[in-house]
Amino acid sequence: MISLKNISWKAAGVGFSLQNVSLTIPSNTYAVLMGSTGCGKTSLLEILCGLRQPSEGQIFLDDRNVTRLEPRDRRIGYVPQDLALFPGRLVKDQIRFSLQMRGLQDNDLIQRLADDLGITHLLDRLPDQLSGGEKQRVALARALAAQPRVLLLDEPLSALDESTREDAMTLLRSLQSKHSLTVLHVTHSRSEAEALGQLRLRFDQGQVIPG
Amino acid sequence: MRLFWISLALITAVYLLFWLMLLGATAAYSLPEVWLQTVMKPEIRYATVLSLMTCTAAAAVALLFAVPIGYFMARCQFRGKTILDAALDIPIVLPPMVVGICLLIFFQTSIGRSIEHFISFTYTIAGVVLAQFVVAAAFAIRTMRGTFDHLSARPEEVALTLGATRFQSFWHVALPSARRGMLAAFCIAWARSLGEFGPILVFAGATRMRTEVLPTTVWLELSVGNLDSAVTVSLAMIVIAVVVLVIVRAMGEKA
Repeated sequence: MISLKNISWKAAGVGFSLQNVSLTIPSNTYAVLMGSTGCGKTSLLEILCGLRQPSEGQIFLDDRNVTRLEPRDRRIGYVPQDLALFPGRLVKDQIRFSLQMRGLQDNDLIQRLADDLGITHLLDRLPDQLSGGEKQRVALARALAAQPRVLLLDEPLSALDESTREDAMTLLRSLQSKHSLTVLHVTHSRSEAEALGQLRLRFDQGQVIPG
Repeated sequence: MRLFWISLALITAVYLLFWLMLLGATAAYSLPEVWLQTVMKPEIRYATVLSLMTCTAAAAVALLFAVPIGYFMARCQFRGKTILDAALDIPIVLPPMVVGICLLIFFQTSIGRSIEHFISFTYTIAGVVLAQFVVAAAFAIRTMRGTFDHLSARPEEVALTLGATRFQSFWHVALPSARRGMLAAFCIAWARSLGEFGPILVFAGATRMRTEVLPTTVWLELSVGNLDSAVTVSLAMIVIAVVVLVIVRAMGEKA
């Protein structure tokens, strides 16, 4: 379960801020958050995964208060909008990254994720040699390799064409179910929200309300 | 419209022609036999080897400081950052002789003398490296800051969510992405060290077969009226500088 209680945050140097934002997403739920550009959806995801510290409020993951925990201790997978693949690293090394950071070696997990996401043939390629859809699958595999309980997706389908988007939506649904993930997916698209969201939310005037 | 671009092209051509004429006149001043005689002199060979070694050492140490400082300045937001940024540029704007005097005076203080109990800098080869480092590091820091400014911080942030500590994120994600910038910073620091003269003269001296580097050689040869040798050494420095410039540009284009 993801639970945000009265989160407030102010961006350094600019006027933008979030005030008293609260949100609850039950475990194993695919939640979709919609909202206009610049309303703070990405900032909210970054606060959730620990990249921004809220000035007030608390964050709970499965009843554990993670507000002051480092990002690496939260077990949250994060796929940003630009995917942020590591430049100059082979696909297999991108997926291996979280294992490497923990001093683990699990080639089976890498192979299994590559099979699940249909990227086995891409393992020896660099990010520059991938299409938009392929990059997205690699970013998902990299996030899932850390075996997170929660997956945060920031407009993951925005750069894909119509047919790739359909495939990607099917993939996201099956991954959520297979890995028993609680997913928070941020999007502009109502059709995406309707197709994927078991729980649909809307960021409106600084508050998260049912969409 | 066309006249506008032709005018700009003409200004560029005049500027380049001026430089080519300077280099051409220098190259044509003496004969290849004189060049050969000059480079065979033991003191010139010593100065060349010492220059290559001290420049490499100074550039390497400059890079060791430039990478963390450049990363800190690019990624960290804090009050007074503008002042610190300006302070880091001080060695660039200081007159070279002043840098040498500052070094000389610092090593006369109690802290400086304590340091010299372990390593002697004043009028030594270590002093040559230090004098080169002081100015070269400022240029390397500027280059590394620009490199990290142009790299998105997002992959480093994603690395944090994947189990990396801040240091691991820097080491495994930021540094490999910045390797071309590091090479450029090294080359710029190296080239800058090669041309350093004022601080070396004041702080390390100009003793033949001891602290003499190539710019010192040009000055020493000129001071005794040996223009042929001064010109030959100058030409050698031009060739080295051009090679470094080509490497930096090639790295910049690939980045």
